[in-house]
Amino acid sequence: MRSWLPPVLLTALLGALSAGMPTLEPLFQWVQPDKQNVIYERESFLFLLQNHLMLVVISALIGTVAAVAGGIYATRPSGRDFLPLVSQIASIGQTFPPVAVLALAVPVLGFGEAPILVALILYGLLPILRNTLAGLEGVDATVRQAALGMGMSPFQVLLQVELPLAGRVILAGIRTSVTINIATAAIGSTIGARTLGDPVIAGLVNGNTAYVLQGAILIGLLALTVDSLFEAAEQVWDRRFLPQAAG
Amino acid sequence: MIELKNVTRRFGDTVAVDRINLTVETGEVCVLVGSSGCGKSTTLRMINQLLPHSEGEILVDGKDVTAMNPEQLRLNMGYVIQGTGLFPHWTVARNIAMVPQLLSWPREQIDERVHELLTLLDLDPATHAKKYPQQLSGGQAQRVGVARALAANPNILLMDEPFGALDAITRENLQLEMLRIQRQLKKTTVFVTHDIDEALRLATRIAVMDRGRIIQHDTPENILRRPASDFVENLVGKQDRGLKLMSLHTVRDLMDAYSQPRQPEPGADGLKEDDSLRVALSIMLWQNWNQVPVFNTEGQETGTITRERIIQEGA
Repeated sequence: MRSWLPPVLLTALLGALSAGMPTLEPLFQWVQPDKQNVIYERESFLFLLQNHLMLVVISALIGTVAAVAGGIYATRPSGRDFLPLVSQIASIGQTFPPVAVLALAVPVLGFGEAPILVALILYGLLPILRNTLAGLEGVDATVRQAALGMGMSPFQVLLQVELPLAGRVILAGIRTSVTINIATAAIGSTIGARTLGDPVIAGLVNGNTAYVLQGAILIGLLALTVDSLFEAAEQVWDRRFLPQAAG
Repeated sequence: MIELKNVTRRFGDTVAVDRINLTVETGEVCVLVGSSGCGKSTTLRMINQLLPHSEGEILVDGKDVTAMNPEQLRLNMGYVIQGTGLFPHWTVARNIAMVPQLLSWPREQIDERVHELLTLLDLDPATHAKKYPQQLSGGQAQRVGVARALAANPNILLMDEPFGALDAITRENLQLEMLRIQRQLKKTTVFVTHDIDEALRLATRIAVMDRGRIIQHDTPENILRRPASDFVENLVGKQDRGLKLMSLHTVRDLMDAYSQPRQPEPGADGLKEDDSLRVALSIMLWQNWNQVPVFNTEGQETGTITRERIIQEGA
């Protein structure tokens, strides 16, 4: 159970900091002595955190379902023809900057949460897709052959053999995707989505370093918290499916 | 019983298996032997329809395999492959329980069966049931592979070079184990190997394959005595054919049996009834014995055997 301690502590710290930012006013006054307002007050940090997290969670859910489904399809006999294409998209997509996705999405979807959600889904899809392919392709061919030869249906092979064996790699893909998207979501503030990027943008526009710091600290802390959650989840996975490796 | 009638398998333009006819009788061990790429594994995989055949007919117990649901077909055929294909995320016990679980056996019956099979394959259930495949040696892992194939008591056993990746000593142990188990269970077995000695040792009948065709299908003795072509003759080895023939028979075949088993003199040296004549002759040459007592598995003296007789009638 020790693996759950870091995420619990980080979550507590994140919550406390979001709620109690005004108590740190003297500190930020020292950072930015020439401004009267050193604590961002247009929205509460808790609200921004909640909205930010919601964007990431929704995009991660949709992205995971789509990427895992796509990865599974491309590795089935019926979808094998698409495998090279899908792998290429998965690699090329990584080189496409998220700002460019935003720039393309805004004219179609307008300002607000919708375009950033699209950008997050598209951008988060790719690490998961790449890892799903790697994980499924990495399953030992003799294991798959034995499973089929002993009388499992292709669906049973997928559910009982392939996904448990590939799951650890897929989970790592989701972890990468979510961590990247926590940072990317902040850019949404430039097109009117309410995220923890708001104080950062406001600070940059007004030349208020204290605002920038407050947003950046919370975004960084959120990324650390979620990452440590995944770390713990991976350890649980290892205990469940790879007990001999976990010792 | 398994019947292959005019079965052909093509991969694109190449013909991997070319109009073969083969009948494997119930309870016999048919060994497909040949060099790599001769179509022996392809033939095996067509029997359980992992590879569909291009032409011809495959009947299992009189029923056409293409008319059956492939999962149902395979659940009734044990399948052992080189490199075991054990599931790395499952314990030994769960690996063995795989097919019974697919067939929804009750929990207690599965546990009982796993225990029984581990014991049959000479693995201690207490120490091995909870291990993972990576924690086993190559020989132990393949024993588990065989146990998994036998789990739901299938009528048919398909074995695709199961002992190919093992060292010589482990391989020989497993071959002996397989002979012992086969004497008890009498499964209809199709066994693929490239090792002619393994084939001679295990087979009821051997099918020698070359370039997708069956060159000769006969008992080990006839393959050695009357090879159908130069290819078969080269495969079995011209020079040591005599010794190979001797390894097909046991001391029991050529000994002078007593009317009743006797208690042996303490410390007496001798041969066992199940030793092959080849081993017997080797021991007698080394020890310079001309006549030695023979013991049965209970350690009773049941007869004697002479060197002269082995040399005259052994091959």
